Amino acid sequence: MNEFLIIIHRDMTSRDASPSPEQMQAAIKPFQDWIGGIAAQNKLAQPPKRWDGGGRVVKHNNTVTNGPYAEIKESIGGVIMIKAEDYDDAVEIAKGCPILQWGAVVEVRMAVPTP
Amino acid sequence: MGGCCRSAHGGTHTITPHSNRSMQTIESPICSTPENVFVNLQRHSFQGMNEQAILPHLFRTEYRKIVSVLCALFGIEHVETAEDIVSDTFLSATELWSIKGFPENPTAWLYTVAKNKTKNYLKRNAAFQQKFAPEIKYTAGKAEEMEIDLSPKNIQDSQLAMMFTVCNPCIATDAQVSLALSLLCGFGVQEIADAFLTNKDVIYKRLNRAKEKLKSERIAIEQPGAAEIDNRLDPVLTTLYLLYSEGYYSTSQNTVLRKDLCGEAMRLTMLLIQNPLTNKPAVNALYALMCFHASRFDARINETGETVLYEDQDTRLWDLSLIETGTAYLNLAATGNRLSQYHLEAGIAFWHTQHEDIPEKWENILHLYNHLLQICYSPIAALNRTFALAKTNGKKEAILEAEKLKLTDNHFYFSLLGHLYTGISHTKALEHFKTALVLAHSPADKATITRNIERLMEA
Repeated sequence: MNEFLIIIHRDMTSRDASPSPEQMQAAIKPFQDWIGGIAAQNKLAQPPKRWDGGGRVVKHNNTVTNGPYAEIKESIGGVIMIKAEDYDDAVEIAKGCPILQWGAVVEVRMAVPTP
Repeated sequence: MGGCCRSAHGGTHTITPHSNRSMQTIESPICSTPENVFVNLQRHSFQGMNEQAILPHLFRTEYRKIVSVLCALFGIEHVETAEDIVSDTFLSATELWSIKGFPENPTAWLYTVAKNKTKNYLKRNAAFQQKFAPEIKYTAGKAEEMEIDLSPKNIQDSQLAMMFTVCNPCIATDAQVSLALSLLCGFGVQEIADAFLTNKDVIYKRLNRAKEKLKSERIAIEQPGAAEIDNRLDPVLTTLYLLYSEGYYSTSQNTVLRKDLCGEAMRLTMLLIQNPLTNKPAVNALYALMCFHASRFDARINETGETVLYEDQDTRLWDLSLIETGTAYLNLAATGNRLSQYHLEAGIAFWHTQHEDIPEKWENILHLYNHLLQICYSPIAALNRTFALAKTNGKKEAILEAEKLKLTDNHFYFSLLGHLYTGISHTKALEHFKTALVLAHSPADKATITRNIERLMEA
């Protein structure tokens, strides 16, 4: 088993953000079921946390602005650490993310095994 | 908690393990309300009890108290000395009472004799006294002056301190449960062996190894400080949870013994609730969980000894007073900012006490299992979660999820698949039930699976 990051990117900045607050509300139960399904396979590497959507952005010259990162449209909406055999396995799990249908993009990254 | 959750999750669906034994309507601690567990055993003491029953009864209620007080006094190094003195006290009672009849206040008699025997022991064993007396908390230098405090308060404090010692994670969980039964519940070695379906030798060795370990680790018999209480409480709750599960899910044929184990786990949990220091939300949640499960004790086994699946249970046999008590403690548990495994399991068990198969019930159960699995994975929780998913989202979706679990060495897994395929594919349902039958070990599980196959063939 390898560890993977499942990073959910979504538009959190624009006025017509995707998904909309209503869509997010509707996605809560499917989202919980999705996480529960991963947990039932014993493939959660850590219990997921909820991350504040605001955040701060730090730049050169001690410039700190309120996040989320404003210069690209998609910010990190959620991060989940899972265990999976390989990329294929991890991608199968990521495909189940219910926020995908509301325009989110899910990035899958494998932790490089420590030698 | 890791992998130690064993099978107590939910514990009530078609796929959870149960015993196969006949349930007689014996008056048992956990048949009555939990409060009665203590009242029956301790206060109403002797009314209506025949003389032959009094001594075993006293042994059961008083042995553990005196042992705890003496252990707390002597320290863990001398746990056997404490046990010997108390056993000897009961031996004297057996001998004298059969000749002279029962004293007016048998409990007071036992306490006085135990005190005297302790003092005599200390006098006789000058070596013990010299070497260890300085360590003994209450000693005034001379054994005669030593106060052995058998007041209710000190008994309770000592038992609480002993709980933290016995449930120390430096010994294996099986050993913790055995030691708890021996020192905190006054169970004999044979009874413990029966509970674990093993023989006395195994238990003797287990108990001795555990005591040696506690000694070599110099585990103090004391209540933890307020600052460390949460961390110290976790292993204690795990042990009480296992003790309860041992009774509830045991394949032991002895129903009375099994109810006793559950009753003892509830009594010890109540001890924690009664002390302000240990009266934490997680403890109340655990107690609620125990009440909810206990409420179905009589409904889950039929008169011929077969397991009654949750969906087939006669809900009139559910003990409503235990459900009420459990609900009250679950409400008490709803404080603080720490959501324990026991909160979630008690929540799941609470929803199982609702008769009606309303969507809200299964939505809540699924939601709670989703959470539980995130903080404490266990195969049984994963299977039960999938069962709940079938109830809320339909069998087809649940089949897809179930097949991802790949618990292919677990007969409950194939039983679940058998259930999910029932009504969808007869062939596949049958195939899965048959695989389950091959993998199951206990006669009870085999009987349940066989019945499922018969039902499938009839349908």
